[in-house]
Amino acid sequence: MPYIPNTDRDREEMLRVIGASSVEDLFSAVPAGVRLRGPLEVPGPLSEIELARHVGELAAMNRTAETETSFLGGGFYDHAVPAAVRHVTRLPHFYTAYTPYQAEASQGTLQAIYEFQSLIARLTDMEVANASMYDGATAAAEACLMALDRGSGRRRIVVASTVSPATRAVVRTYLLATGAEIVEVPHARGVTDAAALRDALSGASGLLFQHPNHFGLLEPAAALSAAAREAGALAIASVDPVSLGVLAAPGSYGADIAVGEGQSLGSPMGFGGPLLGFMAAGKKLVRRLPGRIIAATQDASGRRGYVMTLQTREQHIRREKAASNICTNEGLVALAATVYLSLLGKQGFRDLAVQITSKARYAAEALSGVAGVRRAFPGPFFREFVVELPMDARTAADELAKARIWPGTPCAPSFAGMERCLLVSVNEQHTRHDIDSLASALGALIASRRAP
Amino acid sequence: MAAGELRFTKTHEWLLVQGGSVTLGLTDYAQHELGDIVFVELPAVGKAVQAGDVVATVESVKSVSEIYAPVSGSIAEVNGALDGSPGLINSDPMGEGWILRIALSDAGQTAGLLTRDAYDKEIGA
Repeated sequence: MPYIPNTDRDREEMLRVIGASSVEDLFSAVPAGVRLRGPLEVPGPLSEIELARHVGELAAMNRTAETETSFLGGGFYDHAVPAAVRHVTRLPHFYTAYTPYQAEASQGTLQAIYEFQSLIARLTDMEVANASMYDGATAAAEACLMALDRGSGRRRIVVASTVSPATRAVVRTYLLATGAEIVEVPHARGVTDAAALRDALSGASGLLFQHPNHFGLLEPAAALSAAAREAGALAIASVDPVSLGVLAAPGSYGADIAVGEGQSLGSPMGFGGPLLGFMAAGKKLVRRLPGRIIAATQDASGRRGYVMTLQTREQHIRREKAASNICTNEGLVALAATVYLSLLGKQGFRDLAVQITSKARYAAEALSGVAGVRRAFPGPFFREFVVELPMDARTAADELAKARIWPGTPCAPSFAGMERCLLVSVNEQHTRHDIDSLASALGALIASRRAP
Repeated sequence: MAAGELRFTKTHEWLLVQGGSVTLGLTDYAQHELGDIVFVELPAVGKAVQAGDVVATVESVKSVSEIYAPVSGSIAEVNGALDGSPGLINSDPMGEGWILRIALSDAGQTAGLLTRDAYDKEIGA
């Protein structure tokens, strides 16, 4: 019995409407080489015991941040996650629930999202935050769409070239069909020059910058926000939430929208996620905010309750004029962030950021002490920094990985001309020994390449 | 309401035509259908509009409606009082609840619009 009950007549009618002569014709755009012409070549079924063993063997091949000495970062970070985070997120009431369709019947879920929004709003110093987005990159892209959708007729988004290459790629994809122009402004010594933005910003809808930027450097965030404002553009700050333990919040330096990746708040680094986008803004933009917003209210007897609010922005009411087509949120990952932030508390969160700052500084000094290695850019940084090696950075990373040390992310090919540069990311779990091991392994590798 | 020629559209806007400008709002029928209005998004003064363009958005507790420009011209004035008191559209749709004024790009654009009788017939009043 077919699962999708289209009759032959249904199919004929659909094909006629879209102008295809047959189903085969519909698929003609798919290159013949990638079309499946027979059954999938997969092994036959396994018993539960065999399957568990097989998957266990596959899992044992993984190399994770726990099994290696990893200085990988660039947007996703390996922080210690308190056991309570996993405990709460695995409660079946939370774990098994998908995004609530009968929202108000799921008061616990709504309350958790409300707490998440409150925490993000406080962290970013913004008036409102939404219930979360897919990831930091799509949150940045949605913020650019908000900037475009203001009836101003302006169709240009200015993006700092120090924004994560992954985020920039997603912004380009999201904006592809809008016809908007994306202008990337070059950096000078690793940071964006507010004065150099002036021409690009004239007539622009929005400015997207990242602070700290992809190189870990502090951008002149207040000057960038002011430049955007003067040009009548929205200032969109993409921020590392952990940096807000020590750095000024976007709301305090005049950003209109704050977005970022929340994986570092209580979730592990996983290949493919799950990730967590967050977005916060001033009240005047609340009706353009994509996704869900949960509000606190009172029921008929005066008891506190939680509801979805401002749903008229959403697709089920506004159809194609909706603020966004995101109809969901990252419920479980947002819950992890909520529990994580609540456990750390204000002081604990600050301590975390201070510790990372100190360790990153120690690492930068240790690596700069290796013969032939220097920091690629001057200036203050948070959590990560770029070093220039006397050899190809990809080769160095591959060599050190053999000894289970992952020294960082090579800057090329995302950044042309930076083939010898490595982005090194430090977190609170790194010990002095980890950092010293990295420096001595890198020193030994460089020395061996120099030896005749 | 000030003197002038009153006209209506099938999309439930009223227009008061006075010389080279028209004042525009939502009809009493429309405000009643929408229910309590909680937010009005107004265009920038000076913005050029073509007949058929969306010029404003009216949000009620249950839906969002677009306000279309029935004529071409430019936005001459918007009712700033709606920012704080969007409910004026419910309480006085053809008076205090006016939405915006358009300076006509050329005269004669209002000839094809509905008279009150024709509009009443349209809504079955």
